[in-house]
Amino acid sequence: MTESVVKVRDLDLVYQSGNEAFPALSDIELEVGAGEVLGIVGESGCGKSSLSSALLRLLPPNGRITRGHVFYKDLDLLEIPETRMRQFRGAELAMIFQDPLTSLNPTFTIGTQMRDVQRAHGGGSLSRAQIYRRSVEMLEQVGMPDPEDRLRSYPHEFSGGMRQRIMIAVALMLKPGVLIADEPTTALDVTLQAQILSLLRGLCKEEGTATIFISHDLGVVAQICDRVMVMYAGRVVESADLFSLFDEPLHPYTRALLRSIPSRNRRGSRLVSIPGRVPSLSALPSGCKFVNRCPHAQDVCRATEPRFLDIQGHRVRCHAYDSSSGFRDAGVVTADRFGD
Amino acid sequence: MTLMAILLVMFFLSVLVNIVPGDPAEIMLGPRASTALIKQVRQEMYLDKPVYAQVWHFFYNAVHGNLGHDFFSHQPVTALIGDVLPHTLILAVAALLLSALVGIPLGVFAATKPNTWTDRLSAIVSISFITTPYYVAGLYLLLLFALHWALLPAIGAGSLDHPWSYLTHLILPASALAITWIGYIARLVRASMLEILNANYVRTARAFGLSQRKIYYKYALKNAVIPAVAVLTMALGDLMSGAVFVEMIFSRSGLGSLIVHAIQNRNYPVVRGSILVIALIYIFANLAADLCYRWLDPRIRVEEVG
Amino acid sequence: MDARSATGVLGVLRRVLARPSGLFGLLVVATLLVTAVFAPEIAPYSAGAQNIVMRLQGPSIAHLMGTDHLGRDILSRIIIGTRVELGLAVPAVLVALALGLVVGVAAGYLGGILDDCMVVLMDATQAFPAVILGLALLALVGPSLKALGLVIAVAFSPQYGRVARASVLKLRQEPFIEAERALGASNKRIMFVHVIPNIIAPLFILSAMNVPSAIAIEAGLSFLGLGVQPPTPSWGVILNDGFNRVREFPWPVIWVGLVLIITTLGFTLLGESLRDTIDPRLAGTRGGA
Repeated sequence: MTESVVKVRDLDLVYQSGNEAFPALSDIELEVGAGEVLGIVGESGCGKSSLSSALLRLLPPNGRITRGHVFYKDLDLLEIPETRMRQFRGAELAMIFQDPLTSLNPTFTIGTQMRDVQRAHGGGSLSRAQIYRRSVEMLEQVGMPDPEDRLRSYPHEFSGGMRQRIMIAVALMLKPGVLIADEPTTALDVTLQAQILSLLRGLCKEEGTATIFISHDLGVVAQICDRVMVMYAGRVVESADLFSLFDEPLHPYTRALLRSIPSRNRRGSRLVSIPGRVPSLSALPSGCKFVNRCPHAQDVCRATEPRFLDIQGHRVRCHAYDSSSGFRDAGVVTADRFGD
Repeated sequence: MTLMAILLVMFFLSVLVNIVPGDPAEIMLGPRASTALIKQVRQEMYLDKPVYAQVWHFFYNAVHGNLGHDFFSHQPVTALIGDVLPHTLILAVAALLLSALVGIPLGVFAATKPNTWTDRLSAIVSISFITTPYYVAGLYLLLLFALHWALLPAIGAGSLDHPWSYLTHLILPASALAITWIGYIARLVRASMLEILNANYVRTARAFGLSQRKIYYKYALKNAVIPAVAVLTMALGDLMSGAVFVEMIFSRSGLGSLIVHAIQNRNYPVVRGSILVIALIYIFANLAADLCYRWLDPRIRVEEVG
Repeated sequence: MDARSATGVLGVLRRVLARPSGLFGLLVVATLLVTAVFAPEIAPYSAGAQNIVMRLQGPSIAHLMGTDHLGRDILSRIIIGTRVELGLAVPAVLVALALGLVVGVAAGYLGGILDDCMVVLMDATQAFPAVILGLALLALVGPSLKALGLVIAVAFSPQYGRVARASVLKLRQEPFIEAERALGASNKRIMFVHVIPNIIAPLFILSAMNVPSAIAIEAGLSFLGLGVQPPTPSWGVILNDGFNRVREFPWPVIWVGLVLIITTLGFTLLGESLRDTIDPRLAGTRGGA
């Protein structure tokens, strides 16, 4: 296994509202190596965006990290002062967002915006010519025609797909060690999606960038990721390499997600959706968070939260796989890979 | 649209005299006019001819730069206006600049500390400024700075040949006019900034490590200022009515005081001509506002070409 | 809290009073209304009572705001002036409302060229500052209360016209209007039952914002000597008297200025609180002319 560029351990995040603290993330653990693409999957509200904000320490004023470590190449990002963190942002850790239209400043040309990012990290040491050249280079790399000309254009003069390419160009411009992509293709149509995904994957492999790809869509994740992490209600419930996850999903939630991908269903069968809704942060059940929607829920699930187990590299948080949890008839769960 | 408005105003002005009940010439000159004067005016202003002839004459003359003659001194109205117009325009521009220079930073400052007591305090101050009538602001400024503390001159415009003196004579009147707009701009910029600071592209800028200062003053500000500038260019017209009061209070020569004195002396051609000029200024100010807005916000530019 | 009162008048009142700006505004407006109605009883002296011996005195126990150049008590003149101010501003705004309503509803209903014409007329009138219009008219007619009122009414009416017209246009598209027509309802009935209730709230708020502007305009024109004439104690007249002697005796100017600021502030804050409670979507209306 390649040495990890990013390592998160025991991460807890709460949002403060009045006197109450809502646990948005609990006990998060992840690792990404150089050139590796980790997918983070979950429904909206599961905490994946909170996680990406936490990694860059871009939390809203009422968000607080109460526990844990975020290691970037052996340095704990949670321990360094904000000024130093700002130097890391963009240069070592980069992020691209879901909606490219509103993510770029509409009143400045993209050339200006790219220049500002370089200046913010290069200090005064880069000449105008160097900055210019780098910007053109990056635009070429993401497949933009006529890059020199386009530097003088405004964001709204580009199509959605082009704008996302620009965002990728800006993100990778300073050769960061980590790229976090938060639903970058959700706003694009399917053909564009495929192009952007392959572009991203190609660039990351080439530069050896550790990539975290966040999405609610397992189908998209399957096209780009090496490993996948499934989140639910602020917790990681399963984590494995891509093929293991798809071939042998262990957690009932993962299985339900897989079942609901339209392409996986046999023709003519009904589309399955998961009954119930993601619990709100203010009304989390004690014990396993999936208990109200899980077809195999037992008393022990209601009573205690399952541990995050490691089964030959495939990690899962479910009592059914924990021989010491008191879960009865675990065989029912392990055999039920495809539902019905 | 603009042309239509101008035509409408001209039409209104020329017809106005006839709308008012009574003999137009007598009305214009008031109860103390001599019969000879009345006759003369009647002839000069074509008041014995039918209404449409009057309108026609007014239009024709106006287009040729002839706005009539002062009743008493017989000087051409255009000359009288031309003498004083620069002072009023300078006053208006100074007021606008002042509003921008004070209002925008105030708004930005309030946005950087939302919901703190400094923010609430500036909100109260802003609202009081907005609701203060021009002449009250002028009178208070006069009282405080010119009379009580005798820091600045109370009367006149000074001469353009002596720039420093002109400037000191300009400060108080311009400030009086600016007060309302400072409040308005500060509020507008604050709201704009707060909205923008939540925008996605600010989030992106932060994610790419741009400094807080750069984000505020370059990225957010440009977007926030756009509505403020649009408002200011429109304010030019409103400032004209404010100028009337302020020029009287500070005994400053200008279009406003010209009108008021003309009204007091029943010098109707001067009044009519001045109002026409004000209307023109007003309308072109709105045009300028439109152009300015387009120039600042590139999105609008493209929408028209595409 | 009972559901009915949440949306009814009392509910609105309660919510307006809950915020400090609304409370202040309501207090100011209420005080002004009471003062206007009961002016002669409240004022310690009559507005015209001259006392040359006591002229140009600063504030004292006998004369809380001092006396003017004819020895008249300033406070009393301001109190009675409240009646003058509101007596002009409120009817003028009401006329503006009526005028705007008629024009706006007609425009919206009749549509076509007539509608276009009225829209242009409204835009042109609104585009022009009321003070200038007032000057034009007063130049001819001479100082006249009626002319002043008329100018203010005409200057403000387009705002009401716009609201009325927009409401009519919106309703015309509603299917239930068609249904009512099919059932034989007359235009008049449709207007009264549907249009009017819809626009009462914004019209009310608009009026609250327009009254201080009307007062400010009248006071301003009177200050220039072109509106109300002395000895009637309009605030503008007091201001004018005071301005002529401001070097030696600033008190009238100081007091009237303060009263004007508080009045306009109070009405505006009340209007804004009402607007925020009833319909925040209306934010952006200023009500001035």
